[in-house]
Amino acid sequence: MSWGRSTRYSLKAVCAAATIVFGFAGTAMAQEPDFSGERVELIIPFGEGGGTDTWGRFWAPYFSVFLPGNPTVVVKNIPGGGSTSGANQFEARAKPDGLTVIGTSGSTQFPYLLRDKRVQYEMRDWRVVLASPTGGVVYVNSDLGLKSAADIKALEGIHLRYGSQGATSLDLVPLLAFELLDLDVDAVFGMKGRGAGRLAFERGEVNIDYQTSSAFINNVTPLVDIGSAVPLFSWGAMDDDGNIVRDPSFPDLPSFPEAYEMMKGEKPSGPAWEAYKAFFIAGFPAQKMVFLPRDTPENIVEAYRTAAQTATEDKSFLADREATLGKYKQIVGEPAERIFRQAVDVPDDAREWVQKWLTEKYSVQF
Amino acid sequence: MLDAMMTALSHFTQPQHLMYLMLGVGMGMIVGILPGLGGIVGLSLLLPFIYGMDQISALAMLIGLVAVIPTSDTFTSVLMGIPGSSASQATVLDGFPLAKKGHGARALGAAFSASLVGGLVGAVILTGFVVIARPLILAFGSAELFMLAVLGLSMVGVLAGKSLPKGVIAAGLGLLLGALGGAPATGELRMSFDSVYLMDGLPLVIVGLGMFAFPEIIDLCRQNRSISDNGTLGSGWRDGVRDMIRHKWLCLRCAGLGSIVGALPGLGGSVVDWIAYGHVVQTAKDKSQFGKGDIRGVLAPESANNAKEGGGLVPTLLFGIPGSGSMAVFLGGMVLIGLEAGPAMVGRDLDITYTIIWSLAIANVAGAGGALLLSPFVSRLTTIKYGYLAPFMITIICFAAFQATRSLSDMIALLALGVFGVLMKRFGWPRPAFLIGFVLASNTETYLYQALQFYDWGFLVRPGVMIILALTVISILMGMRKHPVNPVEEEESSHSHTPNRTPQILFAGLILAIFSLGIWDATQHSFLGSVFTGSVSVVMFVVTAILIWQLVTSPPSHGANFDHEFELAQHEEKPTAGLWHYVLWVGGLVAGTALFGFLIAITGFFVAFLRLKAGASWVRSILLTTLAIGGLCFLAWSLVLDFPGGLLQDLIELPWPLG
Repeated sequence: MSWGRSTRYSLKAVCAAATIVFGFAGTAMAQEPDFSGERVELIIPFGEGGGTDTWGRFWAPYFSVFLPGNPTVVVKNIPGGGSTSGANQFEARAKPDGLTVIGTSGSTQFPYLLRDKRVQYEMRDWRVVLASPTGGVVYVNSDLGLKSAADIKALEGIHLRYGSQGATSLDLVPLLAFELLDLDVDAVFGMKGRGAGRLAFERGEVNIDYQTSSAFINNVTPLVDIGSAVPLFSWGAMDDDGNIVRDPSFPDLPSFPEAYEMMKGEKPSGPAWEAYKAFFIAGFPAQKMVFLPRDTPENIVEAYRTAAQTATEDKSFLADREATLGKYKQIVGEPAERIFRQAVDVPDDAREWVQKWLTEKYSVQF
Repeated sequence: MLDAMMTALSHFTQPQHLMYLMLGVGMGMIVGILPGLGGIVGLSLLLPFIYGMDQISALAMLIGLVAVIPTSDTFTSVLMGIPGSSASQATVLDGFPLAKKGHGARALGAAFSASLVGGLVGAVILTGFVVIARPLILAFGSAELFMLAVLGLSMVGVLAGKSLPKGVIAAGLGLLLGALGGAPATGELRMSFDSVYLMDGLPLVIVGLGMFAFPEIIDLCRQNRSISDNGTLGSGWRDGVRDMIRHKWLCLRCAGLGSIVGALPGLGGSVVDWIAYGHVVQTAKDKSQFGKGDIRGVLAPESANNAKEGGGLVPTLLFGIPGSGSMAVFLGGMVLIGLEAGPAMVGRDLDITYTIIWSLAIANVAGAGGALLLSPFVSRLTTIKYGYLAPFMITIICFAAFQATRSLSDMIALLALGVFGVLMKRFGWPRPAFLIGFVLASNTETYLYQALQFYDWGFLVRPGVMIILALTVISILMGMRKHPVNPVEEEESSHSHTPNRTPQILFAGLILAIFSLGIWDATQHSFLGSVFTGSVSVVMFVVTAILIWQLVTSPPSHGANFDHEFELAQHEEKPTAGLWHYVLWVGGLVAGTALFGFLIAITGFFVAFLRLKAGASWVRSILLTTLAIGGLCFLAWSLVLDFPGGLLQDLIELPWPLG
């Protein structure tokens, strides 16, 4: 604007000024897309209910309020193929006009990273708007003789059982973590959700489990209080420099890298660690993301990012957030771009390591 | 506890709370009446509105909706033979024959009053149960849940009809098809032939529609009269209420059963109605009328399925584990208004729990009352000439079917399963047995595998397992009690003993081929991934082979010999068209969808059907078509749904709703 103003003082060329003013008006329009009267569809590649759907429905009204023109934002559920169907449809059909966005979860990222044959989307090309992090805590049955996280070394050589949803689901992260820690864990599959795993823990059918933060606080803390469960470590959170640090929701618990050091006496490294880190990021700090399709014009991407940014600073958002999304700060704009890149750029040797390990240990075919 | 109860009671004195409750009830009535739009769809329609509402009002609205759906979805189950939701599948068995005999209003009266009893009893049981439920739910581990699935499967014995081998094979087929897709132990994809659709397994809604609704629609089209035999309503809803009072103990038993089974996480609400139906058939002295219009066959599942919703709240609230699809959405709703499920719901938040439970009771009263008032009017639908009703019915089941994944594959699956259902009906294969196998397949396999991992074979001597095992044995013995001789039935069925057995032998051969495929597929996977499907296939292969041998060699009066087409040929009133005539019509609709997309195909289908089959004038045809398509578009718009597209949509971009 200052540039426009300075040219107006120049007496040289009225025409040039006019051109610039017109040009400015043109860019102003391009900079401020207007969605008034439009209906924006937020695709959720899962059925109604469940974590990602709830998260999407939490965000939808905020986009409606803070996008220019206050469009109606509706959630459109496209379930199937473990979320790959909805993502495929988004890739094939969404136009880069800002009227179709998608909300993904770790279950959308993992098949992409593992090169599942059902995947026909190139996530790398999508334009990220925001990322919603989550965390989780690993805990064990107190019958194993541990008093606190500090006793983690006592788990060496003990036979453990873990109730899992499947080796290529979000449970890949805990399974990789157990592998890194050299824990002797039998995974029993077929659990329908993390809740079922927790129930199996409470029944004594399994003795090691993890829950995402809010489920841990609401359902496991009572078990910790009566002394039947002992929390070991949290997965941790990402700081701005890309390091894994303690989870702000659980400042007293070691993060996974700390737990590794306590167990092994050295910092984690090597291809297994690289692989773990990539899937951890795609599964937790960047678990749920909102995307615009590829080739979306910069001004529309900006409008979305601004809307998300304004929302996260809104009072009612902050009040609602803790109940629905947990304590984690929503990641918007440049930081979201960074964490998204980290989540999708898995080094080839790390990917190959995971694929080989999955095939050998859990007979997963690729 | 008393404190919590008083606080909860005080919520009900606020008119605002009751108002939102009634809003939910009203919404539930509408959503329930439209088949295929179960609680999941209804709840997700409400979710956007609960923002900014206070917790109690929002919960009341959601609960009002959840509570009424198993009541209002009875309309289509009874009157049209279309299971309104998976919880109403058993109601179809006797409810629809009653409607065909002209007793639609009576069946509805019985169903709604039974729903009312079920809902109220469920709420009373829950009020006490919810506080002590935690240890009980924890006592049901994988081993006990596996045995419960076996108990459910034992119901096949009483639902098998005249030929036990047919019942067993049908259930086995259900188990095999239910195990399609990812193996619980290894995630291997079984019998999915690289199709993404099959990888997810067949959706229960489509199996239910294909097995029950599709064959009935085809049959009614062929007879081309109204649903009610004589085109009148023989009895009113008051008779139905009297039926309920006569069988009050049955309703109370089934309500108790429903709320307890519903409370067990993992078993799922979809078997409750079958267990109740199996129970009533087992305990009845005169079993001859079941499946042909016995009012008890309506009362039992209806009282159980309303009680079930209350039961389903227990694991949802206490453990955050949804007992059913609609409970999953309810849980999402709770999160959105800032309530987290967990032990606090029976501690700090006990008053909220009681508010929920009692809202459920009030909603049940309002829902049953409303449905009773509507029933005389809605049951008139059964007196309309079916030619006019059929295109609406076909549209409805297609719409219901593509709620599953919103693609053309849903319609293809519906057609394939529908044809299979038509054949099963024709040759006297018990479709309920198939459905029970299908519903329980994943539970049986998953829990058996988990129980073996956790307890090894020692799981069989766990006390809970032994108790359920004993119940299973009792249930089988009761089912085996000799059927009373019913001369009328014997005479009737002798008509079906056709001399020409080639068609049914061919059909049995097809089933044999499916089991062979199951055996072949099992050889392609690891032990854990294939042991369940492989074992089922091998055993069923043998039983099917025995059945085929029976069909080939036994005298015509043998129980296994059945061909409905032969029976029809003996009737005075012959059907107006062959078996395949209307199947081809629907096939045409599916093919049209594949080419031009659903909306264009259904428009063409509507006009053509009304002109050619119902004999309607052009004006009338176009008017009715516009009405139907308009309604369809409005529904799709509010549900944020695209109609399945076809080749045309792949080639050129069309605006919504065409594209």
